[in-house]
Amino acid sequence: MSELARMFSYHFMQRALIVGVLVSLCAALLGVSLVLKRYSMIGDGLSHVGFGALAVASAFHLAPLAAAVPVVVLAAILLLRMSQSSRLKGDALIALVSSSALAVGVISVSLTTGMNTEVSSYMFGSVLSLSRSDAILSVLLSLAVLLLFAAFYPRLFAVTFDESFARATGTRAARYNTLLAVLTAVTVVLGMRMMGALLISSLIIFPALSAMRVCRSFRSVILCAACVSVGCFLAGLVASYFLSTPTGASIVIANLLVFGLCSLLGMRNIH
Amino acid sequence: MAIITAKDLSFAYDGKTVLEGVNFALSVGDYLCVVGENGSGKSTLVKGLLGLKAPDGGSIVFGEGLKPTEIGYLPQQTALQRDFPASVREVVLSGCLNGLGRRLHYGPAERERARMNMERMGIEELADTSYQALSGGQQQRVLLARALCATKKLLLLDEPVTGLDPIATGEMYNLIKLVNLCDSITVVMVSHDIHAAVRYATHILHLGQRQLYFGTAADYKESAPARRFLGGSRL
Repeated sequence: MSELARMFSYHFMQRALIVGVLVSLCAALLGVSLVLKRYSMIGDGLSHVGFGALAVASAFHLAPLAAAVPVVVLAAILLLRMSQSSRLKGDALIALVSSSALAVGVISVSLTTGMNTEVSSYMFGSVLSLSRSDAILSVLLSLAVLLLFAAFYPRLFAVTFDESFARATGTRAARYNTLLAVLTAVTVVLGMRMMGALLISSLIIFPALSAMRVCRSFRSVILCAACVSVGCFLAGLVASYFLSTPTGASIVIANLLVFGLCSLLGMRNIH
Repeated sequence: MAIITAKDLSFAYDGKTVLEGVNFALSVGDYLCVVGENGSGKSTLVKGLLGLKAPDGGSIVFGEGLKPTEIGYLPQQTALQRDFPASVREVVLSGCLNGLGRRLHYGPAERERARMNMERMGIEELADTSYQALSGGQQQRVLLARALCATKKLLLLDEPVTGLDPIATGEMYNLIKLVNLCDSITVVMVSHDIHAAVRYATHILHLGQRQLYFGTAADYKESAPARRFLGGSRL
């Protein structure tokens, strides 16, 4: 217990804790809608775009978070539009965009600084190296995501459950799909600091899938996903402190274990 | 005055006309069945009435104070909906969304409206049950309750009995007729089932990429399109 108290007496740990809990909440809430709308791959694609943007930003010595957020938001809107209307299939398109962005990132890294710790932290995450200004920006943005999600909850439910009914009764579904994409983009960029580009999509998808195994109403799935997400973040953070494992990967493993547990519970409920 | 009037309505995809020459008018309390084979333009007409697809020519005029966003729509079921985690109450309540205006969340009036419509459809005791755990017939009654939350005047039902067993089909038809008669709600139903169509509906619209017949159900039985549709046998 005193070990835990000492762990959270460090400033970088407190920052990691606050930002991590908020970003985990955002990811869980949005994840439920994304999984149900079959948009899971968008989160994955956006993380690669985010890596490209961060790499280019650091090559030009720009503030990484502030530069990456607008780029990834634009990419999210673009991916959503193209996946709905284009002749190219949505998932193929996302694969194209994400690998291209990754390539741009890798080239800009190799032309400038080379593979240093900063680049590696974008790939695999380093929640403990958050600067004070990054932390403040992360807190503000994730609070905005949470507030917007809560405010439009009934409308987001309607366009997630049955888009054609929502449109027929006058809900501007395209507007709320865009909102969902923008919120996801912001969450992905914030989460990348913590989880890394390669692992962030698991933060979005795992809690939703785990919750859907055991809960049967939309509200309970959302609440359960939020608890799973925050719980797994805390477990991963503590494990990484005591076992010296990477934080992002530890969080994913915690999520994997919970998912297995929920799957077992869910199977028992059905039979 | 008519609640819906369609005048010389035509629809096209990529410049290719898929439905043309549609002319009909419905009064309050009418029950219209839209029949026709696959690809006859039924689904296109539904999209047109809902404002999801703009007509290529002609016009749709709503009367009797009906706004285009106040149509109670019951869509064909998609695979996505079937495995969606949502309680019956949440699904029915989402039908009240068009009454919220600028408000963000549902209030007591919407909750009461949802409860009343669940009661009317006989699904009140299922309110907290998961939608995906229900039988096909129960799911359709949930969607009908949601449609009733969205409208006071017009129901638009797209193949509401597809995939239901005979008992659930009969129950569904009776519920729709009950709402039509008791609440004077105008019904437009797309259907494959021509026998049920002439039994329950007051009017028939027969499509085959153009309008083949529009008139009362009684006259339709004697008409040439009906006989051709049934391959010679009489209704």
